[in-house]
Amino acid sequence: MTMAVGAAEAADAVKIGLLTTLSGDGAGLGVDTRDGFMLAVTEAGGMLGGVPVDVRVVDDARKPETAVQAADRLVSEDKVALMTGIVFSNLALAVVPRVTRDDVIYVSSNAGPSQLAGAGCHPNYFNAAYQNDNLHEATGAAVEQAGVKRMVLIAPNYPAGKDSLTGFKRYFKGEVVDEIYTKLGQLDYAAEIAKVRADKPDGVFIFLPGGMGINFVKQYDQAGLKGDIKLFGPAFSFDQDVLPAVGDAALGVINGAQWSLDLDNAANKAFVAGFEAAYDRLPSVYAMQGYEAAHIMGAGLKAAGGDVSKLDDLRAGMRKADFDSVRGEFRFGTNQHPVQDLYAREVVKDDKGRLVNRIVSKVFDDHVDAYAADCKMN
Amino acid sequence: MFALLIEQVLNGLQLGVMLFMIAAGLTLVFGVMGVLNLAHGALYMVGAFAAAFIAAETGSVVLGILVAMPVAALAGLLIERLVIARLYARDHLDQVLATFGIVLFANEMMRILFGPRPLFLNVPDFAAGTLEILPGVPYPVWRLVIILVGLVVAGGLALLIERSRLGMLIRAGAQNRRMVAALGVDIGRLYAVLFALGGLLAGLAGAVAGPVLAVQVGMGEPVLILAFVVIVIGGIGSVRGAFTGALVVGLADTLGRAYLPELARAVLPPAAADQIGAALASMTIYLLMALVLAIRPKGVFGGRD
Amino acid sequence: MAAIDPHSTARPPAALAPTATAPTGHAARGGHASIIVVLLLALAPLVASAAGADYLVALTTRIAIWGLAAASLQMLIGAAGLPSLGHGAFVGIGAYAVGVAFHHAQGMDGALGFLAGGGADDLLVTLPVAALAAALIALPIGAISLRTSGAYFIMITLAFSQMLYFVTVAFADYGGEDGLSLWSRNTAAGLDTGDAIVFHYICLGLLALWLALAHRIAGSRYGLVLAAARDDDRRLRALGRSPYGLRLAAFMAAAAVAGVAGALNANLIGFVSPTPLAWTTSGELMVMVVLGGAATPAGAVIGAAILVVLEEMLGRWTEHWAAILGPMLVLAAIFNRGGVLGSLSRIGGRLRGGGRR
Repeated sequence: MTMAVGAAEAADAVKIGLLTTLSGDGAGLGVDTRDGFMLAVTEAGGMLGGVPVDVRVVDDARKPETAVQAADRLVSEDKVALMTGIVFSNLALAVVPRVTRDDVIYVSSNAGPSQLAGAGCHPNYFNAAYQNDNLHEATGAAVEQAGVKRMVLIAPNYPAGKDSLTGFKRYFKGEVVDEIYTKLGQLDYAAEIAKVRADKPDGVFIFLPGGMGINFVKQYDQAGLKGDIKLFGPAFSFDQDVLPAVGDAALGVINGAQWSLDLDNAANKAFVAGFEAAYDRLPSVYAMQGYEAAHIMGAGLKAAGGDVSKLDDLRAGMRKADFDSVRGEFRFGTNQHPVQDLYAREVVKDDKGRLVNRIVSKVFDDHVDAYAADCKMN
Repeated sequence: MFALLIEQVLNGLQLGVMLFMIAAGLTLVFGVMGVLNLAHGALYMVGAFAAAFIAAETGSVVLGILVAMPVAALAGLLIERLVIARLYARDHLDQVLATFGIVLFANEMMRILFGPRPLFLNVPDFAAGTLEILPGVPYPVWRLVIILVGLVVAGGLALLIERSRLGMLIRAGAQNRRMVAALGVDIGRLYAVLFALGGLLAGLAGAVAGPVLAVQVGMGEPVLILAFVVIVIGGIGSVRGAFTGALVVGLADTLGRAYLPELARAVLPPAAADQIGAALASMTIYLLMALVLAIRPKGVFGGRD
Repeated sequence: MAAIDPHSTARPPAALAPTATAPTGHAARGGHASIIVVLLLALAPLVASAAGADYLVALTTRIAIWGLAAASLQMLIGAAGLPSLGHGAFVGIGAYAVGVAFHHAQGMDGALGFLAGGGADDLLVTLPVAALAAALIALPIGAISLRTSGAYFIMITLAFSQMLYFVTVAFADYGGEDGLSLWSRNTAAGLDTGDAIVFHYICLGLLALWLALAHRIAGSRYGLVLAAARDDDRRLRALGRSPYGLRLAAFMAAAAVAGVAGALNANLIGFVSPTPLAWTTSGELMVMVVLGGAATPAGAVIGAAILVVLEEMLGRWTEHWAAILGPMLVLAAIFNRGGVLGSLSRIGGRLRGGGRR
């Protein structure tokens, strides 16, 4: 789908490719990303950084093949100068190296695979969200802070699953009683839950994105374990995009994130209110990241005076990231990934009875990802 | 240790009866009409969505489940009348093409109607919480309810097929479709009824699974593939085979996930054990299927009678 | 409960492939269609390139590649009466052969290093390797699946491809779900494969080669026995011949060609992932074959062209493309009997006033 928005008519509008998952499994995340990004554009009257922009929204259907083809078309046919939007790391790994080679600037609004943060970093690649390990590290630190000593870890049997457990263990220093790898897309977790009960740990860490997390959390609650063995995980299974579907089963779960609805700063309050007014639902982390990716692009466009051929100015402006972040302070590290605060959040009910997250504590100040040192940029 | 084994067997049983409810309709429709219906998983999804929608509107999960059954039956009937009825004389390929199209359409319609995010469906209040089935082993009441519903469905289907006039026609139709038609039975109506019955069972499965699983677009396809494995193992067309196959698959999958990783750790170096154990666990049912087919190419109950 | 045997019914024996029971002269017509298809695919990129639409060149290359994969499946479905719903797995294996070879050619390690050695990044090596890898994996799958037929065969092949999907998703040495990037296209004995037009003609050449071969096979003694087994298994057995070995050979050959298609596709998009092994790709391949016409390889290529172009156009138009494509497939199944080529030849027959068909 191609959709021209805002000042599309303006001949000098900067073309931006927003390639995200709008159909198939995971479409909800892509919709949030798009809506967050578009909110920033609409709020500024079709501009970013004072420069008119023409956003081309394209569906990647969560298939690497489709994503690559769509990206090639955005670059060669639509001649976009900037790109963003990919939700899933496997798609980002397929697309980002190709487009950055062609001097298109890619600002990731979610996926932050380690390959692109370390040795594979690139001057044209910025990550507005996090490095993938960050939320797992935050959860590990949160578990450590909560004084929980014995943990069972659960993740799907695929690379991101293994990375998540590595990230968690980087900051969790207690005993790992068991590591359970499940099938990708698994429906029933009764066998794993029975194992957890038999293992009698103090807590369980899950990285089960999408439907898998919904399945697990519901089943875990129904098995009556949530009261005895506390549940932890990164924000993915406990954010606004899935909480309504999980229901009260998610109440009380501690999860690691770089942002929360209740972060107390003016930009965040405006964002949450603006998003709710525009789309009649609360923003998720994905929506926030789309919104911030837009503002980071805006910072670059402003510095380049809207002339995208001034690639150095554009990149320098983005590296400075001079904008009011909804995360409070925001800056890029040497590998152009966020150096940011990370929080432990708890799922609670707000005064309208909706399930939301509330910050329990800050677990990291200005956290730098583990791969930044491997990045030999500049 | 023993209590854990009992619990895992029960978990396998529960997964098995759920698979049976889906596989039963698929195998009936195939056995009598010779139609391979890829859209059967879509009916399961429709059941889950209908239950979630009604439960959200009325606050009653039970009502949601009761409504889901006729809704899915109606959806099945529509598919039969509008599409499948025109394809009985054709080969499986045209049926695959048409029902593949229906899968695409049904998934996208659900997304258009209910949005891209998963829906919420909880266990009904009476079945919340756990029941101590063995000392120290609390078991979710809802899973016990699913087992009960599955067994009732199995018993009901057995009665229907063995004792009723419809069952007689089903058995006769499976043996020789044209003969039944020649005897003056309205074969078109029989097919429509069967398709609705298959839809009803799939819808019931989706609705009772909804409180345990994510109610989301595309939820039908993984389950459909499992149901295929079930009826291939059991023997296509045989409801008894579907029941046996479902229990075998449910138990093998659950016990594989429960014990294969530990087994792998006992014999392999730790680094490799987790990966290989998990990989083997996810392949258990397919390997089982290969084994059954190597011994009995038409499944356990196929080709008998 | 009654055990219902689907195989004991009075269903017509050739129920699986009525469109494939070709009258005399059909093979020749299929041959003409193949030539026309290849010529069109040969001209299209030149026109697109002249019109400045470089992007369309890649689209025609995709048609050639998926046409090759679909044509290989056509041999199973149309010629041998074996409706595989797991053919995408072999496309995926072929792609992984290229990916793994490239991975090792870059000096990186992996569990298959003992097989891959120093790796390879030339099509003259990777294509045969892709074909061989797919055929070898097809051997055990075919050996088990071919003990069955009809709908059993559909479901079993689907289940096996699903199993391979989970293996690749978890195989961390080669990226697992993250996949593998090919930083550059495989070389091909000095040709500039980076040039879109050159690469297109490589793909098209292989498609033409397979179409010619498929027609030769269909007309050969082997092809005739395969067709006889498709039409009446029992009679062939009564004559003292078991079709099992013949079918297994066909299954492996089709897998090998699908592997080549997968290897080409990996080079086209510069990326290897488990996606082709997921069941939807197998479903799409079967849709291509049935949509275009299962009776001839040319039909499969036409089906591939239709599906690739439709997905492209609808995908650009709306994110709800599936809500439009789905009903189109249903209508095609109901009204477009024998696929596009089947319908065309019916119309042709009527125009000639024959009414023979």
